[in-house]
Amino acid sequence: MTATATRTEAGRRNGGRRLVDRVARVRELGIVVALGVLFGVTGAANPGFLTYASLRDILLNSAIVALLAVGQTLVVITRNVDLSVSSVVGLSAFGGALVLADNPGVPIPLVIAGCVVLGAACGAVNGLLVGVAKVPALVATLGTLYAFRGIDYAWAGGRQVNAADMPEGFLALGTRSVLGVPLPALVALAVLLVAGWMLGNLRAGRELYAIGSNPEAAVLAGIRVRRRIVAAFVANGALAGLAGVMWAARFGTVDATVATGKELDVIAAVVVGGVAIFGGSGTVYGAALGALLLSTITSALAVLRVDALAQTAINGALLIAAIVLDRLLALRVAAALRRRRFRDAR
Amino acid sequence: MDQTPVLSLSQVSKAFGAVRAVREVSLELFPGEAHALAGENGAGKSTIVKILSGVHRPDSGRILLDGEPVEFGGPADAQRAGVAVIYQEPTLFPDLSVMENIFMGRQPRARLGIDRRAMRSAAAELFTRLGVHLDPDQPARGLSIADQQLVEIAKALSRQARVLIMDEPTAALSGQEVARLFGVAKALREQGCALLFVSHRLEEMFELCQRVTTLRDGALVAVDQIAGITPDDLVRRMVGRELEALFPKQETDAGEVALKVRRLTREGVFTDVSFDVRRGEIVALAGLVGAGRSEVARAVFGIDRWDAGSVEVDGRRLRPASPTAAMAAGLALVPEDRRQQGLVMDLSIERNIGLAGLAAVRRGPLVSRPAERALARDWAVRLRLKFVRLTDPVNVLSGGNQQKVVLAKWLARRPSVLIVDEPTRGIDVGTKAEVHRLLSELAGSGVAVLMISSELPEVLGMADRVLVMHEGRLVAELDRADATEESVMAAATGRSAA
Repeated sequence: MTATATRTEAGRRNGGRRLVDRVARVRELGIVVALGVLFGVTGAANPGFLTYASLRDILLNSAIVALLAVGQTLVVITRNVDLSVSSVVGLSAFGGALVLADNPGVPIPLVIAGCVVLGAACGAVNGLLVGVAKVPALVATLGTLYAFRGIDYAWAGGRQVNAADMPEGFLALGTRSVLGVPLPALVALAVLLVAGWMLGNLRAGRELYAIGSNPEAAVLAGIRVRRRIVAAFVANGALAGLAGVMWAARFGTVDATVATGKELDVIAAVVVGGVAIFGGSGTVYGAALGALLLSTITSALAVLRVDALAQTAINGALLIAAIVLDRLLALRVAAALRRRRFRDAR
Repeated sequence: MDQTPVLSLSQVSKAFGAVRAVREVSLELFPGEAHALAGENGAGKSTIVKILSGVHRPDSGRILLDGEPVEFGGPADAQRAGVAVIYQEPTLFPDLSVMENIFMGRQPRARLGIDRRAMRSAAAELFTRLGVHLDPDQPARGLSIADQQLVEIAKALSRQARVLIMDEPTAALSGQEVARLFGVAKALREQGCALLFVSHRLEEMFELCQRVTTLRDGALVAVDQIAGITPDDLVRRMVGRELEALFPKQETDAGEVALKVRRLTREGVFTDVSFDVRRGEIVALAGLVGAGRSEVARAVFGIDRWDAGSVEVDGRRLRPASPTAAMAAGLALVPEDRRQQGLVMDLSIERNIGLAGLAAVRRGPLVSRPAERALARDWAVRLRLKFVRLTDPVNVLSGGNQQKVVLAKWLARRPSVLIVDEPTRGIDVGTKAEVHRLLSELAGSGVAVLMISSELPEVLGMADRVLVMHEGRLVAELDRADATEESVMAAATGRSAA
């Protein structure tokens, strides 16, 4: 082989790698671009969309789903799924609200901690069912979706807690801003950064990816698969518990039906955010951006006066578009890798 | 040797359901010694490897570490005890980078989490030691089988093990890569590491090892000093009978071309593959794992689409990507993985046999159970299937009998071209000979047989002609007379001029 040929070969190799890198990052970038276009178009049609109040609303609305999407990502990366999050949110929201309403003197941080622990306990139930009893996650968490909601109904017994029953200081947490940014959004951002760092830089985080990427190989590599899966579910449960208190503080009115059906919004956000539903790849940043994108779309459609019924259909279409795009990209990458391997072989 | 073995097995047995995979086997691994484990497929070698590595727990018998009994609750325990394993099938994480694959669970840490720079340089150092050029940051997805195997080797080396177990580490490697691996293995041996080496390539055992333990049908046959025996002795111990009986190949006269493949290409998988298979002929498709043999078979049968080229059966061009068209033209494919692709494991024997030939047992739009049963009984007898009732699910049968059911399913269609992919993988020696006899008879009756096989003795013993693939290309065509272990391996590893 001549020197030039060697050089072009090396160049092609690099080209191949660049392509793969680019595609790997393209999901987060793609969402950012989609968000930009969405804001641009909607803002052009109705400048009111870009005001501080409107943007603040979008952040507030997406904070809870983003928080849940971060938690869900931890589970989905391990090739599992947690459908029960909405029920955990409901349980935690009602529990927290009830304690605050019945015991006016109780310290608020204690209630928040209690809700997180309650969520973690629910997550532990899921984790044990999936990780230890080996029940498929889809079935196990579908079961606990009903079970937790059932406990919520039984506990509430038709009761509703209103804003007037809860201390002012607690409700303020749901709407207060720090430096112009709503507190729930800051909490979600902090959780996002911590979770993102842990997944990228801790052995435990990398092991979650390994488990989702090839479960059998994870066992052979000596990873404590069971413990890690339980931990992922517990963390997700704890975040759902936190999301529950945030819900109570933000909306003030809490009954046993809180957050019903939210699990699908969360999974949609995770998938749109580029987390592979069969595990092994994706980031919490993508998932959080996915949550932001979906709630921005909802707001934009409202601003553009699209029929509320059509909004649901549009959300569904976007979800399918995201998955189709994902699939096409995956095929492109696989073909590129195949060709590159072939070239290298020669 | 009067040292204590680092790791040893004492009278270990392990059964999977009714199959006794390993029966009262003892094995001693000494520091500074390379020990070979020989035996045919299904002799229990992989089970031994998995017991030593903590994947399986023995039903009875003991594992001794430095002479003390231990229990391995899982691979993590074995790893802590200093056992590293290079598995036969690469066990990588496709979504993660090569360096993370090597150091998963043991990534170098700095004050703030994983130290990527240290991990990258450690991986690069390992690759230098192995003399290969792999990018530590590249994802494992898309690596060739050989490169995956090299990552596995790097992973095992990085563990600084006291015991290194290699289960067929060289199956996918080129001669040069094997030489490097052996260089590293010998260095480890001299540093006092105990090696257990499992391979089908006898010359490699003789090059690397000092002692050899031979297994047959799950039982220990002999422990020999390598210096004291010849390869022929070893084969006799492994097979337990004369080799010829295993390959009852009848001489047949090749008839007309039944399967004609021309310039078949599937981008990135195989390129420009052309060959003929005549009636009455057994043509073997040999090559290393990942050379593209099964992929060619899948494309010919219409499971995968091809990008260029043509396939003709009995002179008629086949519609691409249509298994239905392939079946109608008289093609049959017995796939590589019978549990996943060949059988419906929970369905009865008779239903499995009737599955591909439903048209033959049809009465109007319905399947006739009596006709299905008669068909199944007929083929079960012809193939000497060992069963209790035809209504039993196939998962109660042994591997060899399951393979016969797959064969029966396709033979019931009376194909003119039969493609068999690894027809005797994981089945016992006795049934193996029966499958060979059957293939030979089929060829004798005028069926064109294309046999994909990774077992060289099978290729050499059964085939009238041998086609060899390497990295997606057909690199050699050898007549029965010219095909030797050396000539086929040379072509398969890309060493031949062709």
